[in-house]
Amino acid sequence: MSRNRFYIIIGALLVLSYLATHFVDNQYYFFAGFAILQLMVMALAWNILGGYVGYVNFGSAAFFGLGAYSAIVALNLFDASLFAQIITGGCFAALIGFGTGYLTLRLRGVYFAIATLALLVVSETLIVNWEFVGGAAGTYVLPKKNPTILGVLVVGKQNALFDNYKELLFFLMCLIALATIIICSLVENSKLGRGLAALRDSEEAAESMGVPTLRLKLFATTLSASIMGVTGGIFPYYMTFIDPLSAFNLDISVNALAMPLIGGTATWLGPVLGAVVLGTLQQIATVTISSEVNLLIVGLFLVAFVIFAPSGFLGLIEKYWKRGD
Amino acid sequence: MKSLKLSVFRSLVATFAVVTFALIGSEVPAKEPIKIGFSMALTGGLAGGGKQALVAMEMWRDDINSKGGILGRPVQLKYYDDQTNAKNVPGIYAKLLDVDKVDFVVSGYGTNLIAPALPVVIQRELVFMGLFGMNNNKKWKYDKYFQIMPSGPDPAVGFSKAWFDTVMQLKPTPKSIAFVAADAEFAKNLKKGAVTNAKRLGLKITYNKNFKPGTPDFTPIIRAVNATNPDLFFVASYPPGSAGMTRAVSEVGTKVRGFGGGMVGLQFSGIMKGLGPKLNGVLNYDFYVPEPNMNIYPGVKSLLKRYQKVASARKVDPLGFYLAPWAYAYVQVLGDAINAVGKIDHAAIAKYIHATEFTTVVGKVKFGSNGEWAKERTIAVQWQNIKKKNDLQQFTQPGIRKIMAPAAFATGKIKPFNALR
Amino acid sequence: MFSAELFLNAIVIGILLGGFYAALSIGLSISFGLLDIVNIAHPAFIILGAFVCFIFNSHYGFDPILIGIIFAPAFYVLGTLIYRIYYESFEKTGAEDLRGLAFFFGVMFIIEVILIMSFGVDFQMVQADYIDFKATFGVVDIPFRMFVPFVIAMIMTFGLQYFSSRTFFGRAMQAVAQDTLALRLMAIDPARIKRIAFGLSLATCSIAGALLVIVIPIEPSVGRLYIGQVFAIVVLGGLGSQSGTLIAAMLLGLVESMITTFFGPSWSPAVAFGALILVLAFKPTGILGRVGDTRG
Repeated sequence: MSRNRFYIIIGALLVLSYLATHFVDNQYYFFAGFAILQLMVMALAWNILGGYVGYVNFGSAAFFGLGAYSAIVALNLFDASLFAQIITGGCFAALIGFGTGYLTLRLRGVYFAIATLALLVVSETLIVNWEFVGGAAGTYVLPKKNPTILGVLVVGKQNALFDNYKELLFFLMCLIALATIIICSLVENSKLGRGLAALRDSEEAAESMGVPTLRLKLFATTLSASIMGVTGGIFPYYMTFIDPLSAFNLDISVNALAMPLIGGTATWLGPVLGAVVLGTLQQIATVTISSEVNLLIVGLFLVAFVIFAPSGFLGLIEKYWKRGD
Repeated sequence: MKSLKLSVFRSLVATFAVVTFALIGSEVPAKEPIKIGFSMALTGGLAGGGKQALVAMEMWRDDINSKGGILGRPVQLKYYDDQTNAKNVPGIYAKLLDVDKVDFVVSGYGTNLIAPALPVVIQRELVFMGLFGMNNNKKWKYDKYFQIMPSGPDPAVGFSKAWFDTVMQLKPTPKSIAFVAADAEFAKNLKKGAVTNAKRLGLKITYNKNFKPGTPDFTPIIRAVNATNPDLFFVASYPPGSAGMTRAVSEVGTKVRGFGGGMVGLQFSGIMKGLGPKLNGVLNYDFYVPEPNMNIYPGVKSLLKRYQKVASARKVDPLGFYLAPWAYAYVQVLGDAINAVGKIDHAAIAKYIHATEFTTVVGKVKFGSNGEWAKERTIAVQWQNIKKKNDLQQFTQPGIRKIMAPAAFATGKIKPFNALR
Repeated sequence: MFSAELFLNAIVIGILLGGFYAALSIGLSISFGLLDIVNIAHPAFIILGAFVCFIFNSHYGFDPILIGIIFAPAFYVLGTLIYRIYYESFEKTGAEDLRGLAFFFGVMFIIEVILIMSFGVDFQMVQADYIDFKATFGVVDIPFRMFVPFVIAMIMTFGLQYFSSRTFFGRAMQAVAQDTLALRLMAIDPARIKRIAFGLSLATCSIAGALLVIVIPIEPSVGRLYIGQVFAIVVLGGLGSQSGTLIAAMLLGLVESMITTFFGPSWSPAVAFGALILVLAFKPTGILGRVGDTRG
């Protein structure tokens, strides 16, 4: 598809999501939609490093949680606005991502994976012990009443862009998701993307051809981490209550990893697909079957897909489409 | 290939969206029954308590339906597993209210699972009953929130008051105290409140540290505390920590005269049974124990008998002492209040609950202005006379957990820790 | 506050704790260290072993460690089965660690759910006479609750070390990690060796599970707390070295014990993992790892 068509569709989706916030009354859909979009962005971000470069990040939850908690620090210290919180989250996570990458990316991928796991444990321990952000007991975030941007009322009962915060946050999440898709698409189609692909296929060969592998890996790590941090930065406003257990939960890491694997890691379409499929299933399971069966679904899906559909959903589709030709 | 991808993408997403939301949205809300919705920890760290609570709540539902239900309509419970993860809570309550169209909501189990639900219920101005949350309402000061744990108007402090009242009766009067807490919300809050109590009594604090939840061995902590020579040792912990500390103090020994405080989990059957005689001498908080003076809890004995009949089939705590009575009570209060007011009017119901002293399965219940109990009723019990190892039945008899305080319930006098071992 | 008694006991407990951690990690040292299989479900298998132990201990009163040893062959068979699936799906086709990782994530969840559905979510403990016993030498106490796991861990480690260096299969295991092609040229099927090795790794889980339930009360999701630790120990010790894993586990146990005794327990995980990150940054082969084995 041409670049123009791509951007037009993105734009249309954005407009659609804004209209949805006006015409859909049922708030539950915004909750569920937000959750699925969050999974999508995390999966896309993970895939930048996992799919494009081939380095496995176990500790996605660390970047997410640090993004969320740096937003809280900004709130507590400077009374930061929602946008400032999001940006803080992204920047801080980028910093941590860069640091972790710098320390460990010169080694085999498996060491990076372990380091990210270690990062997760260290981050959670630090936050649990830090009273300023509430420690283990968590902390509340009270959204501002009637916020305005450039004189336009953003959230309010009348004449505002959005009726309530959930709709605003849903729209923002759509924006972030679409922006991330654009970023991923740009990376894939650029010289950078080709360099990453070369790196993934054989790091030694790429290096011997003059590809600056360390620099590329660092870039991918930092980009991936900062997107995860942005997703984390918006989280406190959405939840209004946040504690280390939910911010650094292992399921964030697992989902970020599972969705690209199930959807396909080659392009941005895979994580999107994986997030929509698995995320929707999880949402349905949470509110219908409930209880431990939810976990079982994720487990079975992972195992089944990884065994029978190694290139993910997309790989399956391509296979069958080719057959039909 | 890109156009293929895009069309595949489009159609798949569209199909999925349509199918999914059709499925979710297609539940036709029934008008007849009264629906009470909540999230509950059925998996994850707090599931032991959550599942116990659910059994008790279902028993209440059956009881009230046999008496005609609420406002003449049968009660239906609608719940989803929050997996002990705060992240799931807002979405669950949104679904309950917007899609399932429940008439009332109550909370899940535990402070960190109640907290994320509060903004949702406050926005919609609903009555909200809380199950074992500590200080959830402090920031909001919401007038329609009511919490069933009997820790009193200042929960963290009221929680340990009975414990301190008891240990100060030891002779000679204790002068110093050590504190240890698990790095988790409830334990840390408890410790804060206990420290306040200790300072008020002029006790010298010789040690005050936290430990990580996954610690396998606690003997270094016991030794470190012993090295500071305190008279008392207050521990705030979750089940693994409570079990570990009890074992460690058995192995290492200690000279403290009062040990225990806020150890969650000692009331859980698996741990009681596993620790056995090691529990002798431990002085801990509790809410209900099978002692003779607990006759202010009129319905509890029969409730627990019924509970225990189904417990093993449902794979929940076999005895149910800890949470079952309170889970029954917090919906009982709601049901009785709605029936008394006569209609679904949340403001009126909240007013009624504030103004009324309820008679429930856990005795008389009265709420204060912040939604907590007007007066604390946490009891302090000392484990005594445990003789058998690996025997659960001995814990159902009186004389094992003797009540030390408040005086109105006392069935025994405090003995120094080592005297009972 | 520093006293000889405190210090000595901290050291002793640290060593015993280290032994315990070693028991938990030794299996992973084989599956991850030697075979490069990122078995993130390793702690979940340990919990499975722990529950098996609990069931037979509470119903029939058998000694927990005995149960662990008796069931080790069953776990071995389970290991070979799982490896077969893993091999057919991933290794044969040359797919990367990624999918194997996801596979084991899935397996971890499946195990956890099966345990929840079978046993419920309440905490469980086991009974054995020696759990309460403690030996005292002067000012130093040796609790048997920790000492017995320590001894078993030593036996397992040295047993596996002996197996690796002295027996044919053991040396083949080492070889498979270093040079698969050479192995094939000697008409040995690497897949078979790996299958045996993975089976062994899971067999250790049966015993480690018994040790776990002696030390702490268990419930199905407790395994998640240990994922980070066991991987950290294996990496810290150096991939491919069982003795390295032992040393790393000891170090971790000692560090934890010292920090807990003298500084306050809540910082110990941060210290342990912070140390890991630093080690990875400056000597990634770990303590006894193969030198030059850092690039993939």
